[in-house]
Amino acid sequence: MSAMILEYALTYAQIAMILALGIACWRMLRGPRAQDRVLALDTMYVQAMLLFLLIGMGNGNVFFFEGALVIAVLGFVTTVCAAKFLMRGEVIE
Amino acid sequence: MTRLIPHPLMSAALVFVWLLLTRFSLGHLVLGTAIAILAGWVVNRLHPPTPRIRRWGAIPRLAALVVWDILKSNIAVARILLLGPGHPSYHSGFVELELRLRDQNALALLAIILSATPGTAWLEYEAEDGYLLLHVLDLRSEDDWQTLIRDRYETLLMEIFE
Amino acid sequence: MRHLEQLPPVAAIIIALFVVLGSTLALLGSIGLFRLKSFYQRLHAPTMAYSYGTLLIVVGSMAMFSLIEKRPVLHELVIGIFMLITPPVTLLMLGRAALRRDRDTKLGHDELVPPRIPPGERGKKGPRDVSGYGEGMLDKSVLPHTKAETRELRDPDDLHDPTD
Repeated sequence: MSAMILEYALTYAQIAMILALGIACWRMLRGPRAQDRVLALDTMYVQAMLLFLLIGMGNGNVFFFEGALVIAVLGFVTTVCAAKFLMRGEVIE
Repeated sequence: MTRLIPHPLMSAALVFVWLLLTRFSLGHLVLGTAIAILAGWVVNRLHPPTPRIRRWGAIPRLAALVVWDILKSNIAVARILLLGPGHPSYHSGFVELELRLRDQNALALLAIILSATPGTAWLEYEAEDGYLLLHVLDLRSEDDWQTLIRDRYETLLMEIFE
Repeated sequence: MRHLEQLPPVAAIIIALFVVLGSTLALLGSIGLFRLKSFYQRLHAPTMAYSYGTLLIVVGSMAMFSLIEKRPVLHELVIGIFMLITPPVTLLMLGRAALRRDRDTKLGHDELVPPRIPPGERGKKGPRDVSGYGEGMLDKSVLPHTKAETRELRDPDDLHDPTD
């Protein structure tokens, strides 16, 4: 009973996250300006992290958590670097 | 005491995170404490302004207020997104405010609060004049953003830090 | 998914609710990226995934592993704390970068932003009314500005009209 409920919920959540990743990816490829792309990339990092957490819940495997943590840290560093570049560099578009 | 542990709050937080990431045992407690004290020395070399918390009692009130406000604005932003961008019932735009807050840590906390709320985005702060530029997704949800920020967060933050 | 059978049904329903709500919020953040028109509006959308989306999923995961392993499993809190501190930093830096780029006339801008007043030149006027800037779907009946007033507000040296 409880396994069935959670299975449905987790499947829905994983599909929603994959959909969200797809939409954010579209914005990253399309994004009219560079800041839009960076924002979409940051969103994708967070959503990938959430997807890892959900997969870990589905498998009952605690080690997906470590992957999620690595993705979160990498996403933060990447976005800060990209934003710094947008702010400082004489960017030629 | 202050020379051995220059940043007690940060060191305590580091020990806490260390114990969360590993299973609790005496060895990890000792190791985590050692790392936290070492990190405190390193941070002390950077000379950040040490947070001085005057009133601990106001912190839970601020936390509860922030959690509740973020929940409310999540619902509001979800409504706007489902209405669609062309819907005339909301109008986004910039707002300029004047802040009385000068404490660095309090300003950082205010920036975190305003950025974490989906309806408002912190764009620019002029440290000399104390002017702040915000972008607000729905300008019409409040009449006066200046008094809203002042009454809701600024007085509480000044109570805690100044 | 045999490990899930050990959970009591009430806990399973609550965890399922948390997970579904959290992922829906994260999806809504993405939909916001898709639907909103200008960069500054889009800056608000992912915050939903960052704040309550993450919070709900992290709490659900913590509750599930704690109930299965029958001991408090709290390490997801680290992600919660991390997501509390870092997204404001990235959003703040992105916002400032976008503002700088929109003010740089060489790059061209698709959005009118309030010009920067250097410190000391402001005088004692107090905060400006800048609600006329932005790509705006300005409803004239609600806000006091008309389009003509908005144009007067702009400093011709700092901004040039993208149409000319």
